[in-house]
Amino acid sequence: MTPSQGLPRSTGDTLGYHDLNDLMSLMTGDEKHTVSATSTLDVLWVLYDRILDVTPVSADDPWRDRFYLSKGHGPMAYYAVLAARGFIPVEELRGFGSFDSRLGHHPDRVLVPGVEISSGSLGHGLPLAVGTALGLRAQGIGSRVVCLVGDGELDEGSNAEAIAYAGAAALDALTVVIVDNDSATLGWPGGIEQRFAVEGWHGVRVDGRNHAELELALKQRTSGRPSVVVAEVEKES
Amino acid sequence: MTTDMRTRFAATASQLLDEDLSTAVVLADISAQLFTEAAERHPERVVNVGIREQLLVSVGAGLALSGMRPIVHTFNAFLVERAFEQVKLDFGHQDVGGVLVSVGGSYDWPAGGRTHMGPEDVALIDTLPDWSVHVPGHPDEAETLLRHAVAGSGRAYLRLSSQQNASPLPVRAGRFSVVRRGSAATVIAVGPLLDPVLEATRGLELTVLYATTVTPFDGPTLRATLAKPDVVLVEPYLAGTSSRSVSTALEAIPHRVLSLGVRSVEARRYGEPDDHAQLHGLDARGLRARIGDFLAEGPLTS
Repeated sequence: MTPSQGLPRSTGDTLGYHDLNDLMSLMTGDEKHTVSATSTLDVLWVLYDRILDVTPVSADDPWRDRFYLSKGHGPMAYYAVLAARGFIPVEELRGFGSFDSRLGHHPDRVLVPGVEISSGSLGHGLPLAVGTALGLRAQGIGSRVVCLVGDGELDEGSNAEAIAYAGAAALDALTVVIVDNDSATLGWPGGIEQRFAVEGWHGVRVDGRNHAELELALKQRTSGRPSVVVAEVEKES
Repeated sequence: MTTDMRTRFAATASQLLDEDLSTAVVLADISAQLFTEAAERHPERVVNVGIREQLLVSVGAGLALSGMRPIVHTFNAFLVERAFEQVKLDFGHQDVGGVLVSVGGSYDWPAGGRTHMGPEDVALIDTLPDWSVHVPGHPDEAETLLRHAVAGSGRAYLRLSSQQNASPLPVRAGRFSVVRRGSAATVIAVGPLLDPVLEATRGLELTVLYATTVTPFDGPTLRATLAKPDVVLVEPYLAGTSSRSVSTALEAIPHRVLSLGVRSVEARRYGEPDDHAQLHGLDARGLRARIGDFLAEGPLTS
């Protein structure tokens, strides 16, 4: 049986969490057990299923919630979730990375519906999210900005600039999710969340595979403080 | 209003904040003292991120992603060179618009040394697609070009300097001004180098064009006014920055180009801007010597 058998064919249908492995297999050609190891899969699903107020219909609405995938490498889980939520056609996943495809190995916001930022070079998403949170606040738009960063990506110094400034600017529309699979070469002694806490952020560490924990943490917002959710997942072997 | 370009920039940008609710000014401490009143009137649209230039540029782009029109400002070396990847990706690759405004020029503060000299900025910006580059030579022109850039939706780089011409010209964004016509070569003077060029070429039968927008390059005006296909390009930054644009504009005809500008050297000298104009041969005397040699040489005959 091929992975795509039994999947709905049209964009309008909404698929569920249990379809994601099949959707990812369309891109990778791998069996399910390899793709399910993708570190960002559960965070992405919980965000689009339970947290973010954005749909294909509201994708250009100034009042939509924004999701900035800063860690653009390995975007199969992201594309699978976007396909499951109807932003892109399921059929398009098969062309992943090919010359005529809109779906590159790093996402491009100009090409892919629902993709808010083009990423690939690390350390750009969070500083952009800070600017967008400032812009929404200046315009009186109460939407959230959620940015996903990898724990290894946090090495980039541009993030340090953004973390310090966002805390001082009390950007409570901003939530950063750190997917922590212990991939930073030097690690983060004292814990990643401490790096944010000293700058005034509200921080929490959760099991990055536990949907209920993720939902609870991502729903929480603290007035006058940006939030960080460290989603711990297994280290890649 | 007689002033310098930086002061005029701050005054104009402050007016734009009053006039247009979509505008925002992003600073990294530099010139923040010129925006004190504007920040009191518009605390959410005057953003000072501190000494964080990567964040400066990314915040500007993030504001643009939210639908605003950012004006992003600091010294050119820190704006364009230090944060170059942010300029390339966060504005260009994200495909959002914004206006970058620099001060510092190539050697506005030579006593500050190499770290505060920025002759490479325009050449770097010119490696990126879909940026316009404006180099005013007078505060009035800076205001005109800033208003033009902010009113648009694209990506613009406005290069301000403490070096300026005595009088403004009525500049139009994207077009060269024809200062005078002559039967021999054409000299294209960029921004603040118009006055030294006019002094250097006094009495010579030359056409002088004045460029305050160098990208896109006004090839049509160059071709329409060209008496003889000998072109002298005089730039207040790295010599030859726009010589590729001259060659492209004249690709259909055999031509000669002399590119005068800041030489690519580690001078390790301090002093005043005039000292460095002389060092790079961009004072009237230096310009006249080089232009005179070029005119005398003529095309090689076979």
